[in-house]
Formats: sequence, structure tokens, C-alpha cells
Amino acid sequence: MPLLRLAQERDGWVTAEAMAEIGDILGLSSAEVLAVASFYSMYHLKPKGRHVISVCHNLACNLMGAERVIEHLEDTLGVDSEGETTADGAFTLERAECLAACDAAPCLQVDYDALHAKMTPESVEALVEELRT
Amino acid sequence: MSDLSRLTSREATFITRRYQDYPGDSFTLERARATGAYESLKKAIATMTPDALVELVKASGLRGRGGAGFPTGNKWSFVPRDAFPRYLVVNDDEGEPGTFKDRELTERDPHAILEGILIAALAIRAERAYIYIRGEFGLGYRRMQQAVDDARAAGLVGRNIAGTDFSCDVFIHRGAGAYICGEETSLLDSLEGYRGQPRLRPPFPAVKGLYAAPTVVNNVETLANLPHIVAHGSDWFRTFGTQQSPGTKLFSISGHVANPGNYEVALGTTLGELIEVAGGIPGGRSLKAVIPGGASAPWVTDTSLPMSFEALAAAGTMLGSGAVVVMDDTTCVVRMAMINTRFFNHESCGKCTPCREGTWWMRKVLERLESGEGRPEDRGLLLELCEDLLPEKGAPASGRSFCPLGDSAAWSLRSIVKIFPEEFLAHVEEGRCPVRAGEEAREQEVRA
Repeated sequence: MPLLRLAQERDGWVTAEAMAEIGDILGLSSAEVLAVASFYSMYHLKPKGRHVISVCHNLACNLMGAERVIEHLEDTLGVDSEGETTADGAFTLERAECLAACDAAPCLQVDYDALHAKMTPESVEALVEELRT
Repeated sequence: MSDLSRLTSREATFITRRYQDYPGDSFTLERARATGAYESLKKAIATMTPDALVELVKASGLRGRGGAGFPTGNKWSFVPRDAFPRYLVVNDDEGEPGTFKDRELTERDPHAILEGILIAALAIRAERAYIYIRGEFGLGYRRMQQAVDDARAAGLVGRNIAGTDFSCDVFIHRGAGAYICGEETSLLDSLEGYRGQPRLRPPFPAVKGLYAAPTVVNNVETLANLPHIVAHGSDWFRTFGTQQSPGTKLFSISGHVANPGNYEVALGTTLGELIEVAGGIPGGRSLKAVIPGGASAPWVTDTSLPMSFEALAAAGTMLGSGAVVVMDDTTCVVRMAMINTRFFNHESCGKCTPCREGTWWMRKVLERLESGEGRPEDRGLLLELCEDLLPEKGAPASGRSFCPLGDSAAWSLRSIVKIFPEEFLAHVEEGRCPVRAGEEAREQEVRA
């Protein structure tokens, strides 16, 4: 798993070549590497955008208006929220399960790291602009 | 009001005290040591045998804070006496919807967790500990890694800790996005580098865990209690909480409350008091339902319930991870049921058929109800699907799958359907969500 994370950091996503390389290092077939890579939601098996925006759509975030935030992002970026990437390759939009920040609901995470709290359609648009530059 | 401030006063809390007092730098080794960190570890090494430590924690009555509430000292005592190596594994894979206390602890007081890890390792005589930290925790990972590195440089982690015979190394493993890995045997598979899927028990991890060696898996909040128990004793610990649930608990309160957040209060505090501590329900609205212990817990409507392991079990639900999600009277329960079930379906690892298929069918029926295309028989169908996942009456409480994920989905959904039958029916009769229809009508009135 640390090697898959490393490969994704290096290439932007987990390529077939990287999986073969990991297999060589660990003495595993690429099918065994793929079995692990395909299990976890943070490994991307196809190219993703320069930024991944993961919006929580679980219980607390939904109570506090997550669907409005997701809809606004879909409209702003022109992609669906099922992991689609914008045509310019800037953003991948996905839905996340609980990000353990329910006091910040509705929340989202950028590139599986920075958490953004209490999002609104306005603040999410400002965030997209900021990430674009 | 004075009663409420007493609940969260300095005297009534200890887990969160370091970061309440020093919010700016509570996570640094310097601040942690200046506020007593690692003194309990030194005391334990100098004055206690491993067996005495196990007995101390047994006497304290400390129960696991990850969800199951199993007595920590008893868990430790299941490790065979003469099998080496053995491991301590730390569950920092917080993912139960509604829970955000372990992330806060990890980011704000990693040294409390680390000291707890070393005390636990001393008690079970483990020379290696692995922290499994959720893949999405960026800041938490960096803070924890820094804490381990700083403690190692200070001679508090590694060989001959604080110049004694006790050695224990600590490693961090990052997850990659899978709720199931919070379940301890799936966590072990993931730690070994595999797909995180549950193992058949027995053998239990205490006998055959990580790399088939004896392993204890403890939650981070559980471990953060240990320095305090070693410092002040089991009688002191028992001055907090109830007879069967001693100590305080970090409750994560979210949803329709004025001040969502983590609150440390004594176990046994009532649900109503807890909601008031978080500022109550805003906007003059009234309460509809509460999830008392994370998405896995059956819902309740009675705010007089004491928040203890035993009282919630007696009420047919559970304390779980201490996640309290408050829903006011504007909430559509069918929608919340759909979201809850969608979550379990998404996170089902696919290993066991009842969970993989059962949660999928439950989700399909709920989506149809929610969109106004439900059928009159759907309510009964949902209850039937729940029963198909849950253990038969009189059978051991282990359900029909390797782990409790499917049971959790069924257990929570069954409670929602039983508390609010008329709302499920209304969705069918009106052919749409009555709550949303009401909202739209109100919005139109405002515009007109």
C-alpha cells in the first residue's frame, strides 16, 4: 500500500506500468497488485484531475446541505460527481463517505488532505477559483 | 445553565485538557512534556509489572472507545503468556459516520496517544506497535509522525526507553479509503498489505492476529485514557461515569445543533443534557430523532436516556463510537435511511453474500421510496430484508456475515422503519417526499 501511494504521487494515478513495477519489487503478479489497488477508494486506476475534490454526502453533511454544494459544483465544473474529470484536466469531482469532520458539515476535502468546512454554493465557487490559479 | 457548564468543566474532564488549555501547541513534544506527558509511562516502567498494569486497567473498568465497548484489561489478558513476538495495533481508522473525535485527538494530542501506546505495549509485553491511520487524515498523519519522530529522538520510543530495559518501536501505516478497515480483522489484513476484508473468528486476534502472532487492537481514545489511569489510579477513574461505564467519553455531536463539535463529558450524562451542551436545537425547532452512537446504532427519540454502554444497550441501541447525530422536525427520515443504507452498501467489502446483496436490495427499495416510486408493500419488504441479515432469534449475536457491517445496516434501518412507519407510507401514498413537498410549498408562499 505505501508503494501504491508513492506511485500515485509520482504519476498522478496508478498506472498499469506502476503496478507491474510494484509487483517486481514485491515478488507479486500484477493481478495481485491490482486486487489491492482496486479495493481502496483513494487509488485512482485511471487519470485524474490535478485536484481531486471529494464532497461528503453522508448523514451530517446531508442534513446541513451537502446536496446543494454537490449540485453547484457539478454545474460549475460541468462534470458529474461520480468521479468525472473536467475536460481541461483540472478537477476530478467525487462523492466521499464520512470524512470525520461532521462539526464542519457540509465539508469537502481537496486532494485527500486539506479539509474545507461549512461549504456553501458561494464558498465552493470561490474555492474552485482559488485552486484554478 | 450552571449545571451544563459543570458537565464540561476542568474538574470533570481530562482527555481533552491539554488541548483545551494550550490550543496553539498541544501537539508538540515540548508542550506535552511540560504538561506531564510520559511521566505515567516512566512511573509504569519503574514501579509496575505487566501483570500489575493489566490488573490496574481491569480494576478501572475502562471499556474500548472504538465502538464495541469491550473491557480493555480483559482484552489484554487474552494474549497467551509465552508466545512471542506479539503486537499492539492502534486503530486510528475513524470512519463511522458522525464520528470525528479520533481525528481531533490525533491532530491535537498525538503524544497522549503515543504515551498510551507505550503503556499498553508494556502491559502486553509487545516490542512493536503499529498505528493504522485513516488514509484521508493528512494533518493527523503528519502530527502523529512528528510525535513519533520527536519521541524517538528524545529516547521515548525505540530501544531502552528512558534508559530502562523496556523497548518498543512504533510504526505508522496509512490506509487508503475503506470503512471496513476500522473492523479489527480487516484492519489487520490491510496492515499486512491485502484487501481489507474480515477474518473468521476464532481464532481471535489476541491469539492469532497480525502475521498470525498474538495481537491486541486498541482504539486511540482508549489509549489516551491510560496515562491518566496510571497517574491517578483506578478508584479515581471510577469517580467519573457509571458503575458499568466508568470514565469520560468524547462525544461527537453533529447535525441540527447550534454548536456541533466534540464534547468530553462523563459517561451516563443524559442525551438531552448532551444536546444542550452542544447549544441545543436552533431555530425554535423540535427534535425528531437522534442517532446515539454512529450510523450503526439504532435511532432513538427519548432524550432522557443516559449515555452509557449499559443504558443504551438496554434501550435496544448502542453507545458505539459516541457519535450523536441530531435531527430536527424538518428531517425526512426516509432520505436519511437511504443515505445510511447507501453508505453501508458502498462500504460492504463484498466478501459475505448476505451483506453484499442485502445492503444492495435495501438501498434499491429505499431509493425507490425516496423518489416517490415506492410500493405499499415496501415497508414490510425492508423489515424482511433486515431480518434476513440479522441473527436468528436465540442464535449467538454474530449475525450471518464474518463481521458486523451488514448487521449494522439492518439494525439501524429496522429501527427507522419501526419508529416512523407513517412516513414510509406517506411517501408511497403521496408519490413523493412529503417533507420536501412541504418545503417547496413554504418557499412558494414566501415568494408570493
